[in-house]
Amino acid sequence: MGVNLTEKAAEHVVSYLESRGKGVGIRLAVKTTGCSGLMYVLEPVDEIQPEDLKFSSQGIDVFVDPKSLVYVDGTEMDYVKQGLNEGFEFKNPNVQGECGCGESFTV
Amino acid sequence: MALLQITEPGQAADPHDRKRAAGIDLGTTNSLIASVREGVAATLPDMEGRHMLPSVVRYTAEGPIIGAEALEQAALDPHNTIVSVKRLMGRGVEDVRSLGEQLPYRFSEESSGLARIETAAGVVSPIEVSAEILRSLVERASETLAGELDGVVITVPAYFDDAQRQATKDAAQLAGANVLRLLNEPTAAAIAYGLDTGDEGVIAIYDLGGGTFDVSVLRLRRGVFEVLATGGDSSLGGDDFDHAIAEWLIEESGFEGDLSAELQRALLMKARSAKEALTSAEQATISHSDADFKVDAELSRDAFNELISPLVDNTIRACRRSVRDAGVALEEIDNVVLVGGSTRVPLVVSKVADYFGAQPLNDIDPDKVVAVGAALQADVLVGNKPDEEMLLLDVLPLSLGLETMGGLSEKVIARNTPIPIAKAQEFTTYKDGQTAMLIHVVQGERELVDDCRSLARFELTGIPAMVAGAAKIEVTFRVDADGLLSVSARETSTGVEASVEVKPSYGLTDDEITQMLKSSFDHAADDAAQRSLAEARVEAGRVIEALGNALAEDGEALLPAQDIDMLQQAIKKLQERLSGDDTRAITEGTEMLGRASEEFASLRMDAAVRRALAGKQIADLDNEMSDNEV
Ligand SMILES: Nc1ncnc2c1ncn2[C@@H]1O[C@H](COP(=O)(O)OP(=O)(O)OP(=O)(O)O)[C@@H](O)[C@H]1O
Ligand SMILES: [Mg+2]
Repeated sequence: MGVNLTEKAAEHVVSYLESRGKGVGIRLAVKTTGCSGLMYVLEPVDEIQPEDLKFSSQGIDVFVDPKSLVYVDGTEMDYVKQGLNEGFEFKNPNVQGECGCGESFTV
Repeated sequence: MALLQITEPGQAADPHDRKRAAGIDLGTTNSLIASVREGVAATLPDMEGRHMLPSVVRYTAEGPIIGAEALEQAALDPHNTIVSVKRLMGRGVEDVRSLGEQLPYRFSEESSGLARIETAAGVVSPIEVSAEILRSLVERASETLAGELDGVVITVPAYFDDAQRQATKDAAQLAGANVLRLLNEPTAAAIAYGLDTGDEGVIAIYDLGGGTFDVSVLRLRRGVFEVLATGGDSSLGGDDFDHAIAEWLIEESGFEGDLSAELQRALLMKARSAKEALTSAEQATISHSDADFKVDAELSRDAFNELISPLVDNTIRACRRSVRDAGVALEEIDNVVLVGGSTRVPLVVSKVADYFGAQPLNDIDPDKVVAVGAALQADVLVGNKPDEEMLLLDVLPLSLGLETMGGLSEKVIARNTPIPIAKAQEFTTYKDGQTAMLIHVVQGERELVDDCRSLARFELTGIPAMVAGAAKIEVTFRVDADGLLSVSARETSTGVEASVEVKPSYGLTDDEITQMLKSSFDHAADDAAQRSLAEARVEAGRVIEALGNALAEDGEALLPAQDIDMLQQAIKKLQERLSGDDTRAITEGTEMLGRASEEFASLRMDAAVRRALAGKQIADLDNEMSDNEV
């Protein structure tokens, strides 16, 4: 289990970290919000926290705190283009429902 | 599920608070839109991967076609294909007539005032044409950012006057875009290079495009960019380099006689690709062969440089003039920024470097630098950089002006103008031999100085004795991001100078400000018959814009949701009236909106006063004022 990246997602993370100029990996976290409960947060990691769990996928270190892991364990992150828009897409086996606007989810 | 982007640690906004902003370079030939994503400002491509949108609109009975597809048809359908509409913005029919010889359009005869063009889809105004271009770019950005834009920053040439700026804003409104502010193109280029983060400095922007050359000298003071001088040549650019090469080719071929239009076009195309190749290569081969024209030539970088050297020297002469007009010494210029595709030519870079005595900044793509700067500014103005205090968008609560002859107040900076801002206006002496001038700074909307609030008086002395009207006194009002006003007066032939600093909202309570606004509204209503419709529209536009911006900035922090809703409804109502031409209805609508937003305004004022007083002692301000009073 843990968190996995597709090749495309890994490529995007590498180029993002390169252009940012620093960062040891990427953090996937879950925050409460919005109409239906939870949202994903994706951030570069400059400092690893003691409680962080580390998953390595496609050469990228993905850090997840234990609280968030409950919601995202088993998730696969992909990077996709939809018309002109592009971004990360999550295949999360824990998700039960999404809000109508497609911005947040429930487990 | 919506697609997710990476955000800096701790900056992820809740989904519905995420703000989408973009910067637009609305160009004569090409337009671009840029946005900040994952911390990087970049121009946004269309589906085919093209970043530049040709600023061309073709009107057909089926509807408008915009961009590259319209450009392809320009030669076949010249009357209905509008190019270079930027040159017509805010211009009257008469101004346009003089340009008209170069433009194939049928200008509408019956309309007085602003220029209009007859097309297959009816009569269109330059504002409507620009709105099509803006709409296309805004749609592209909305698709890329997966949602409606909250605000845009649109760039305009530094030399655009109020009418041209207003026309640009009207076009944006027509396109359904919320304009956070118009930004001068050279300022945007400076922002793209982060030059706004310094405190002080003088910057020159050298913009050489396909058909035009612009040079601007800017001064950065207390985080405010002020345009010191602009210059250039509206018919000098990379196209002239192409012509120089084509002429050389014709000489090489030994051809004599008249060239057909097709042959000319073909040679120019080849010249252009040779020119662009010579930017990175030392040598280019150009060959052409058909029934009447044969040439096979090698053009070296050195030979090319020789061909274009006189043209580049012309641009340097224009730089010299602008630096002189700006009243700065060459050594005072800290940075030179290159903009426009033709600044890729190595000879241009080296001549610019030689003249300014410094390596110019050119590592951002010169086609994109203006849009990138506008995007950075838009991102801040829309509120995506909470911990960065750069360029707080705020507005002047009341107009600032000067007392002129007859006790009238001449407004220099209008109420609701976003700050920071700097504006200069020229005045002159009214008596022969006058050697001093009293500058009386006032605040308020009324016409008579007695009805306005006096902020400061100071005297400019040492004006050389001349006949009345000969002296040129430039008065500059500068309001920084904190609302601090400084006024300076300078006699331009001798350079004698005097100045004063004052805090414009200092000492006024919210009630007083409200009262002053109300009385001006009442007054405005009485005068409505005489006020022109245009003035009413401008004012309404300003109020809508200011309130829109204020709502975007502080709405959710200060107001319950239903009040925000009520204000937005009120804005919509006024916008509906704006499309009509009933001066009175618009003025009253503005007044209503003013009243509806009074409470919000005073809440904001409270917040602003708290911020301002935290930094400044009241006694200091008093001293500053009396020290300078004469
Ligand atoms: N690599 C290059 N080397 C030399 N010149 C180039 C290169 N790339 C583009 N150009 C020239 O830049 C010019 C176009 O520049 P740009 O796109 O800035 O002009 P524009 O904004 O359309 O024109 P204007 O500002 O005059 O309306 C053309 O003359 C083109 O040949
Ligand atoms: Mg240009």
